[in-house]
Formats: sequence, structure tokens, C-alpha cells
Amino acid sequence: MSLLLAFCTAALFSFGTYLVLQRRLSRIVIGVGLLGHAANLMLLLSAGERGRPVFIGSDGDFTDPLPQALALTAIVITFGVTVFLLALAYRSWVVSHDDEVEDDVEDRLIASRLAADGATAEADPTGETTGSTGHVGEVPS
Amino acid sequence: MNDLIVLPVALPLLGAAVCILVGKSRTAQRFVSITTLVVVAAIAVWMVVDVDANGTLVTQAGGWPAPVGITLVADRFAAMMLAVSAIVLLAVLVYAVGQREAEGNHVGFHPVYLVLAAGVASSFLTGDLFNLFVSFEVMLTASYVLITLGGSKAQVRAGMTYVVISLLASTLFLAALAITYMATGTVNMADLSGRIAELPEGLRSALGLLLIVVFGIKAALFPLYFWLPDSYPTAPSPVTAVFAGLLTKVGVYAIIRSQTLLIPAADRAGTVLLVVAALTMLVGVFGAISQNDVKRVLSFHIVSQIGYMIMGLGLFTVAGLAGALLYIIHHIIVKTTLFLTSGLIEHAGGTGRLARIGGIARRLPVLAALFVIPALSLAGIPPFSGFVAKLALVSAGLDTGEYAVVAISLLVSLLTLFSMTKIWAGAFWGESHGDNGKELIVEGRLGTPRVMTLATASLAVLSIAIALASGPLYRFSERAADDLLHPARYVMEVLGR
Repeated sequence: MSLLLAFCTAALFSFGTYLVLQRRLSRIVIGVGLLGHAANLMLLLSAGERGRPVFIGSDGDFTDPLPQALALTAIVITFGVTVFLLALAYRSWVVSHDDEVEDDVEDRLIASRLAADGATAEADPTGETTGSTGHVGEVPS
Repeated sequence: MNDLIVLPVALPLLGAAVCILVGKSRTAQRFVSITTLVVVAAIAVWMVVDVDANGTLVTQAGGWPAPVGITLVADRFAAMMLAVSAIVLLAVLVYAVGQREAEGNHVGFHPVYLVLAAGVASSFLTGDLFNLFVSFEVMLTASYVLITLGGSKAQVRAGMTYVVISLLASTLFLAALAITYMATGTVNMADLSGRIAELPEGLRSALGLLLIVVFGIKAALFPLYFWLPDSYPTAPSPVTAVFAGLLTKVGVYAIIRSQTLLIPAADRAGTVLLVVAALTMLVGVFGAISQNDVKRVLSFHIVSQIGYMIMGLGLFTVAGLAGALLYIIHHIIVKTTLFLTSGLIEHAGGTGRLARIGGIARRLPVLAALFVIPALSLAGIPPFSGFVAKLALVSAGLDTGEYAVVAISLLVSLLTLFSMTKIWAGAFWGESHGDNGKELIVEGRLGTPRVMTLATASLAVLSIAIALASGPLYRFSERAADDLLHPARYVMEVLGR
């Protein structure tokens, strides 16, 4: 049983990781959900031996309640944040009609400027272009 | 007296509830939230004094004795962090009230801001690893809302990255908690302190590294920093300022706490931390140099500065940790001031892009002064607070013989100065003009809105005060660092054995 749950956790972690690496936001949300499940399953597994009663039985032996309390707290938190993420995804749909996670515009700008600098340097094999230096403070606006 | 340490967590939460109830009146909201934070700041400052004089304050929530109940602990380190954060939170709130942009447009600003304050306070005060997770979530959930409050396209895009990466870190934290509980049967930090040492070696180092990764994402350590410069600049200035000042530092606090208290002395990953620190410093500062927007330059600097704090930790000596603590105090205040100043620059020029504004120094000399003080302090020029903090770190590094990381930290200081001059040359020198060829906006005698300017100025003055009081502060940091390196005292205070 424990082995099955261990495999289950591993599978959830790997599927979740795969989905989080996608560009579509809907997949990322599902991926985050799976990762949350995996972590909660791990918390539950940490209770130790399975099959014991939840309440104190006749022999006084019962299962450790703390991991369940921890998992419950974690589930509530993951649930709340996932809902927030969904709201954000909806907002993203409203403002851009797309649920793809976009690149950082400013980063792209700086990268493209570097690429442009590289191109001028290659075009001029003597390397005496003034364009490749002194660009630090300027921005193509 | 011990029960008073619940207040920095409970009061803001209560204040948030009241703020929602009085949501119709912005004036009432302002009154409630500012009063709450003033009281919290006063309590926090009193705590620093009291803890330093009479020793650690401990309280058990609900009267359940540790390790069963949730423990709140205020030792010197936690109390100091709490005091500095409370003051910064208060100053930024006043600034936000003066700016009106984020605060005036949304009824949710005040409640969420107070929840953030509660989360930050609870992260510092908690003595329970699972409660640390909950505090992180309280703080982060509030920050998710604050960063996307405007709902603009850029904010939603950046907010998305921020939320997903934080969620990922939280999931890893949960996994680490599960492993911890599975292996030791407790999540109380004082109780864990002894028990982790009894675990097999592989498990110990796995736990230690997992915790570094989890907190490293929150603290934006190399190579886990990518989300920070991407998401921070899009939020309104007061929000960015408080994030820059506090959120990553909560991560640093958690790293320092877990590395000193939980991980046994034999397992400390000093060299790994020093290498990570050096790379964080370098990558951050190179990123800053390549940027062209005030807020983005400053955001990359957060990453770079985190490296200094981790360097102090990586040395694992009293002097190193004291330097790190002093650096954190200095950094929280100076970084927040710089972001508040960048908000003022955007207010005056209409944009933060360096190529589109210029000549602020001539038209708005007060603003220029408000930029110069924290900027020089950040670079570590005497007589400002950054110099004192860096001096402490460098001398600690030289004492330990870690010459490479000291050399890198000095080089990074130079590069920091370079990128600060870049902002200065771009925005403050030259012909005075705002965005799209408009004039700079000059208001009143100070040149910028009075409340915003005064809030910024008070933090700038505080950073100078740190430099002036650096002697007592450093000795305080040394005592705090000594406590950190002797976790047995912490365990004794919490568990009574």
C-alpha cells in the first residue's frame, strides 16, 4: 500500500512538473494542482503506519492526527491560491484574449538590442564599430 | 509580558478586518491601518529593547506546551527584523496614502496591506516550521493581490509568473515538511534542532539542501532569482518598495534561521553558500547594469544585495553573521527608500525609463538628494550605512580567509556604484525634460508631493541614523549572531531543557 502511494506521489510530482513547464496557463494551473496533491499525499504518508483507527480504539492505539491536520491546512491554502490563479487567468483572457504566459517585454528589448549589436559587429570584421559600445544608456524608443 | 509578542501578528489581522468593515470610508481605513502599524512598530521597538536586556520572549499559542502547540519566539534576530520591517511598512503606507495611485483606486488595498504586515511579522516570530509555511502563505497571498491590484496587462503577466513560482516553492516546502515530519516526528524548530542531528547523513543533507532551495526561491538566490526582476517593477511604487524591502528578506531570514538552528554544525554548507553568494552578487549587478529603467535596475540590485547577506551567513562566524544582520537592517531601509524615490521620479517625469527623462537635479534638488543618499549608501560609500555594513562583512571575510568572495564583493560594490551613476546620469543630469518632451512636474516647495517626499525622507534619515549608531547596532548584531551560532540557548528558551 505504502509503495503504491509512493509511486502515486512520484507520478503526481512528475506530471505536475511537466504541466507547469508548459506555456498555456490552463495547463500550468492543472500542473500546480497536481503538485499540490503530491505534496499533500506526502504529508499524509508521514503519519506512519496505516490501518489504525482515527479515534482511540479499545487498545488505545490510534493514528497520528497531526499530519492530517497539516494536510488539511495545506489543502485549504493550495485551494485558495489555485482559485486566485484561475481568477488571474480569466483576467489575462479578458485583457489579452490569450492564456499563454508571455515573455518579459523589457527583457526581449534588451536581448534584441544585444543581437543587433552582435550583427553590426559581425558585419564589420575590423570590429571598429562604435555601435557595440556606449549603448548602455540608450533605448530605442 | 511574553504574551505581547502575539500582538504584531494579531493586531494587523484585526486591523484588516476593521478596514473591510469601514470600507466605504477611505479616511477611516487610513486611520485604522496607520494606527495599527504605529502600535505594531512601537511594540516591535520595545521588544528589541526588552529582548536585548532580559532575554528571549517565548509564548505558546493556546497554552499548549512546545513542541505540541504553536510556539512564537522573539529572540534578538527576530525582534530586530520585526522592528525594522514594522517601521518600513509604516513609512511605505504613509507614502501610499500620499500617492493615492494604488491606495486610492482600490478598496482592498488597506486590508491586504495589513494582512501582508501580519504575514511578515508571523514569519519572523514563529518557532514552528509548519507555522512558517502558513505565515509565508499569508504573506504571499497578500502579495499576489497587491501585485495584481491594478489588473493591467503587464501586471497580470508579471503576477502570473510570480504566483506560479511562489506556489512551486510552497509545494517544495510542503514536501520538505512532510520529509521532516516523517523522519523526526516533529515540526517544532527547537525540537527539530536536536533531532535532525540524529538522522542518517544522506537524509540530513537532502533536507538541508531542500530547505535552501525553498527559501532560496523566496530570497531570489542565484540561480533561482529569475522571477524577481520580471515581476517586481510592474507593481505600483509603494507595493514594489515594500516587496523589495521585506519579502526577499523574509526568505533570507528563513535561510539564516534554518541553517543555524536546524542544520547541525557539522553539516553546514558554508562553501556552497559562499559560491552561491558570489554568483548571486555578480549576476545581479550585471543584470542591473544592462537595464534601462529605474525600477528594473533597482530590482536586479535586490538580487545582487541578497548575495552579501548570504556571504555573511556562509562564513558561519559571529563576525560574519553580525555583518549579515547589519547588512539586512541597512538594506531593508535603503532599498525601500530607493524604490520610493523611483516612484517620485516616475511621478515627476511620467516614466522611469532613463532615456526619456533627464535634468531632475536642476528642477527638483530635493528629489536628487533623496536619491543620492540611499544610492551612495547602497554602493557602500562612507559615511553612509552601506559602508558600515560592507566593512563588517569584508573584515569578517578577511578574518576567515575567504579572500575570493571578499574580492568579488568589493568588485560588485564598484559595479553597483557604476549602475547608480547610470541612473544619475540618465535621470538627474542633462536637459530637464519628462516623458514625450513634456516638462517635469514640479509641485510645491519640495517639488514632489509633500506626504510622499516626507515618508521617503524619513527613511533616508533613518539610514543615516544607522550609520551614526553603527557602533551599538554592530554590538547588538554580534550578540544576536552569537545567539544564532549557539542554538542550544534557543532550544533551552523554548523547550525549557
